[in-house]
Amino acid sequence: MSGIIGYGSYVPNHRITVEEIARVWGEDPESIKSGLNIKEKSVPSSDEDAATIAAEAARKAVYHSGIDAKEIGAIYVGSESHPYAVKPTATIVSEAISAGHNLTASDLEFACKAGTAGMQMLMGMTDSNMIKYGMTIGADTSQGRPGDALEYTASAGGAAFIIGKEKKEQIAELITTVSYTSDTPDFWRREGAGFPSHGGRFTGEPGYFRHITKATELLFEKTGMKANDFDYAVFHQPNGKFPILVAKKLGFEMKQIEHGLITPVIGNTYSGASLIGLAATLDHAKPGEKILVTSFGSGAGSDSFAIEVREAIEEKRKRSEKVHEMISKNKVYIDYSNYLKSRGSIKKK
Amino acid sequence: MERSSASLWRKINSRYNMVGNECTNCGKTYFPPRLICKDCGRKSKMQSKKFNGAGEVYSYSKIHVPTEAFKDSAPYTVGIIKLDEGPLVEGHIIDDGKGVNIGMRVKSAFRRMDVDGEEGLIYYHFKFVPE
Repeated sequence: MSGIIGYGSYVPNHRITVEEIARVWGEDPESIKSGLNIKEKSVPSSDEDAATIAAEAARKAVYHSGIDAKEIGAIYVGSESHPYAVKPTATIVSEAISAGHNLTASDLEFACKAGTAGMQMLMGMTDSNMIKYGMTIGADTSQGRPGDALEYTASAGGAAFIIGKEKKEQIAELITTVSYTSDTPDFWRREGAGFPSHGGRFTGEPGYFRHITKATELLFEKTGMKANDFDYAVFHQPNGKFPILVAKKLGFEMKQIEHGLITPVIGNTYSGASLIGLAATLDHAKPGEKILVTSFGSGAGSDSFAIEVREAIEEKRKRSEKVHEMISKNKVYIDYSNYLKSRGSIKKK
Repeated sequence: MERSSASLWRKINSRYNMVGNECTNCGKTYFPPRLICKDCGRKSKMQSKKFNGAGEVYSYSKIHVPTEAFKDSAPYTVGIIKLDEGPLVEGHIIDDGKGVNIGMRVKSAFRRMDVDGEEGLIYYHFKFVPE
């Protein structure tokens, strides 16, 4: 059975607070902070994009796993902010980790869940012995239209996971996975459009809550497990409020989701969100503990995973940079003007 | 002005992964790579070496009058880094407002260097960030 051999995550150092954004738009920061359960978000520097974030996370994952990158047989990068429309982010990452050239690679897009879709693909490829190791990455420099509610949450970050079949190398076994998918127009960005559009409140119940609930219930049905059989749970986190509500609805308690709830301090990293949450949970988890992960991508779909932590996590832990430590050190707060400049939103011609 | 794809492609190893070389005859390391060791000459035995990018600031300068490619980044800092593994390497140093000083520990990071206009290639390159 396939499992996680190693992981790494990367979040840019720059931050902008809810207060700073609300100041510009004349909104009440306290009502936004309490309504979205978010304090601040990460912002990419002008020299960072989804490829640099993916590469940094991938390098950490290779180091954490202890494997030779040349043994990686597939690299998938999930993002909705690939730097090129045509030319893969995955090939840039493969060169940045010196993975060699005997591999397959591709970019994936399914709003915020393409990284977990990559994980499912690699489960099949490693279980069938098609490849020894594969890497999936979720990374984004997500866009929020100035003045839109998304501007308070759309942030940057990513995480990379190496999947393999060798049990003694696994820090966690991927017990099983299921998905729930439908054509739901809750959030979209047309080709060439600078910013995404969304259906406002429609993104909630028919989008996020329906798909996460259905996928998680399917996982319960498939495994015979219930919420209290898991030590931890990670749900996609477009803001700090939705994952708490959906966890409660599915029978989970706050203590099960708190380690992986990162959005309140870095914002919604889109394709990176549920994977960074999983990385933060693995930072804390012990052998034998079980983790449920359910991602969500608008458009819409959810991938749900049952994961059991293995012994190798303890030995490999010394090579990992913990998510909570990474996101709290070297933070640099920027104002709204510099935020617009670094996001390329100031047009000079 | 757009550069050729070939020039980017040829330098990917050095730009992305700081791949230089080492003379196994005397142990001297080089970045960028050299065809022959400047100390060993004909006795050179050069082999590729990937540097880990950790080192300290040997010298630096803050650029206030940039070239066209970096006009939106000014002021920015470039410097010479003394790598732990030997060579002196020139590169951009990310200064997030906390300042750069000689002897400061740095490590390499994977960043955009510049882009060819709105539609051209994106040039990725190592830069140095505080360790």
